[in-house]
Amino acid sequence: MDTENTPVKQEYNITVYTENQIGLLSRIAIIFTRRKINIDSLNTSPSEIESIHRFNIVINETEDVVRKVTRQIEKQVEVLKVYYNTNEDVIWQEMALYKVPTDTIAEKASVERLLRENGARAVVIRKDYTVFETTGHREETDNLTAALQPYGLIEFVRSARIAIIKDSEGFNCKLREFERTEPGQDVVENEYLNSREKVFTM
Amino acid sequence: METAQQEVLTAKEPDTGIELTGSVALLEGLVVEGVDTIFGYPGGAIMPIYDALYDYSDKLKHILVRHEQGGIHAGQGYARSSGKVGVVFATSGPGATNLVTGLADAQLDSTPVVCITGQVFAHLLGTDAFQEIDVINITSPVTKWNYQITDATEIPEVLAKAFHIARSGRPGPVLIDITKNAQLQKFNFKGYTPCRHIRSYRPKPIVRKEYVEQAAELINSAKMPFVLWGQGVILGNAEQEFKAFIEKSGIPSAWTILGAGVIPNDHPLNVGMLGMHGNYGPNVLTNECDVLIAIGMRFDDRVTGRLDKYAKQAKVIHLDIDPAEIDKNVQTTVPVWGDCKETLPLLTSLVETKQHAEWLERFKEFEKKEIDALIREELFPTCEEMTMGEVIQSLNELTNGDAVIVTDVGQHQMVACRYAKLNHTRSNITSGGLGTMGFALPAAIGAKFGALDRQVVAIIGDGGVQMNIQELGTIMQSGVDVKIIILNNQFLGMVRQWQELFNERRYSFVDITSPDFVKVAEGYGIHGKSIAKREYLKDALKMMLEHEGSYLLEVMVKKENNVFPMVPQGCSVSEIRLA
Ligand SMILES: Cc1ncc(C[n+]2csc(CCOP(=O)(O)OP(=O)(O)O)c2C)c(N)n1
Repeated sequence: MDTENTPVKQEYNITVYTENQIGLLSRIAIIFTRRKINIDSLNTSPSEIESIHRFNIVINETEDVVRKVTRQIEKQVEVLKVYYNTNEDVIWQEMALYKVPTDTIAEKASVERLLRENGARAVVIRKDYTVFETTGHREETDNLTAALQPYGLIEFVRSARIAIIKDSEGFNCKLREFERTEPGQDVVENEYLNSREKVFTM
Repeated sequence: METAQQEVLTAKEPDTGIELTGSVALLEGLVVEGVDTIFGYPGGAIMPIYDALYDYSDKLKHILVRHEQGGIHAGQGYARSSGKVGVVFATSGPGATNLVTGLADAQLDSTPVVCITGQVFAHLLGTDAFQEIDVINITSPVTKWNYQITDATEIPEVLAKAFHIARSGRPGPVLIDITKNAQLQKFNFKGYTPCRHIRSYRPKPIVRKEYVEQAAELINSAKMPFVLWGQGVILGNAEQEFKAFIEKSGIPSAWTILGAGVIPNDHPLNVGMLGMHGNYGPNVLTNECDVLIAIGMRFDDRVTGRLDKYAKQAKVIHLDIDPAEIDKNVQTTVPVWGDCKETLPLLTSLVETKQHAEWLERFKEFEKKEIDALIREELFPTCEEMTMGEVIQSLNELTNGDAVIVTDVGQHQMVACRYAKLNHTRSNITSGGLGTMGFALPAAIGAKFGALDRQVVAIIGDGGVQMNIQELGTIMQSGVDVKIIILNNQFLGMVRQWQELFNERRYSFVDITSPDFVKVAEGYGIHGKSIAKREYLKDALKMMLEHEGSYLLEVMVKKENNVFPMVPQGCSVSEIRLA
């Protein structure tokens, strides 16, 4: 088989800039579901610009599929811009929290060293347990999880990936330009949603 | 509400507000948008809007359909024949879910419709209240945009956005769901301003001149260029620009079924229909041309057949308004992003004046073969039973290609698309992308309201007509004038054809019995006739066309007749079969 022409799957980081709009997450999710693509990681949060949100989506696919998917996403009315990048093109991080029994940490010196080596930081220290935090790539946080397992790891949680594109000035100035020429409209707050029967009954 | 007050509402003084309910504000917006006809069906959750509509009957004609699916198909037919936005009202729950098929149809065929659905009170959302469904999530995959309004103050702005989105760029269906409290709520209405811009929405990509230049260069160096056009030409109102382009460049051109009618069938450069049941020449020669120029079409699989054997030898130029269509199915050599209304004139100015006489002759040769192999027998049959083709042929003689032809889905659709004479654009209304049986009867009603001065003829199978037959009631009540031809082959014909060809004639549940259609029509006060003999055909068609008001004509046609040519599924376009 001609390997040169066999499309290779790899991780792609999709960055989506959107209006802050109810229902948009499901519209974006549908685009992946339709093509039966699994989302490996999804992070959405307000961007540095008011009223604009940023999605970070990680999928494992061929570039051809990724390109088609990003065009479909960009077609959505509330989407401003979509980029896709390979892992080489971005700096990315995931955050992990580890909950371990405090007494083990205190007693076993090796644990302490392990944490220090992994750059873990204590966020909460209680009598019964301590919560550490690290950030890094998946392998790094995975390694620490495995290493902590024998010491009675109580709970582990990891965030979605966030990524910054290496090769660009960022979308920030572009967005500010957008914003200057066409200021976004304020979203109308729904004052009736929680007032229950007090408002209109028929 | 008094009329005097109504005039104030549209006054152009945006700062002098006026206390209005959300429902009235909505109707005001529709009036400003130029809406004249609404297709709809009332219910509890949309009652405030219907109550307000009572006072607007002089400005907004409302057609009471018999099923919401009929309502949206009528809205689609209206949009397709008029070029305007179709407007549809439905209530919450079952009313809204009944719209889903039509929304999907409109989405795939890029038809601009705005649906307004009622919704339960905002405080009941998410509680499984009576007739509450999550219409936003149900319709997300089948709308270009949708939005739920829970506060009346949002109505003017959201409605304006809805119209802008539905009709701009690549058009499509939009749904606005309005909770009952928002319909009833009074607020300070400051006039209605149509929307022209949405920050995050770019309806058309910026035209890149360098691509137009590259395209022109390719076209100028081509020996056997071939144009495929689709509905994009109609949606962009670019019929004249298209004609100018092909006439200057002298390129043979073929059409997708949604593109039919852009130039008349007898135009010397019109070489016929593409796709599974398209013409022989255009299909075979797709795999021989050296430059393929696709204009406002999306390389649907019914057009391309097997993709890995599709036009591999050709350089491909693709003109499309939707960037997501470029390279989606067929890899292009030169993508020409943009509205073809803008890109075509640019291209025309750069292409050389040419005549591809020899190349055009190849299409003629294939046409001769196709005529000999099957067209003659289909249109002028020697067998005793009538063929669908000869019915269309006789109709052509009487309408002279000036009627709007609305077709349902099945064999009759393919026959009608192949053989109907079309002299004008917006004359072929059919469900292309979704292939929705039940489409034609309601769509024909809408098409007539969208083009009141034109003759509208619906061509429907005996199966499909029974899928929305209740819309005969809409015809009865509204007095709309549509001519209905049922081509009755006593089978779900298209499925039967596949079973015959690919499933060893195992006719599994395609044998369908029908009511006495003429009696059914009579029950609805619609005149009708049924014929089974060739000698009555012309007179019956003539009688139908000359009849004042709607008319139903059933024609009993050959039971087991197949539509050919055919590119069997999974085959290449050059493997098209003549029999
Ligand atoms: C809603 C819907 N259900 C099923 C089908 C599948 N289908 C396609 S063509 C066809 C047969 C249509 O029969 P009829 O209306 O009698 O038309 P004919 O093919 O005989 O002209 C069927 C069942 C469809 N297209 N739409």
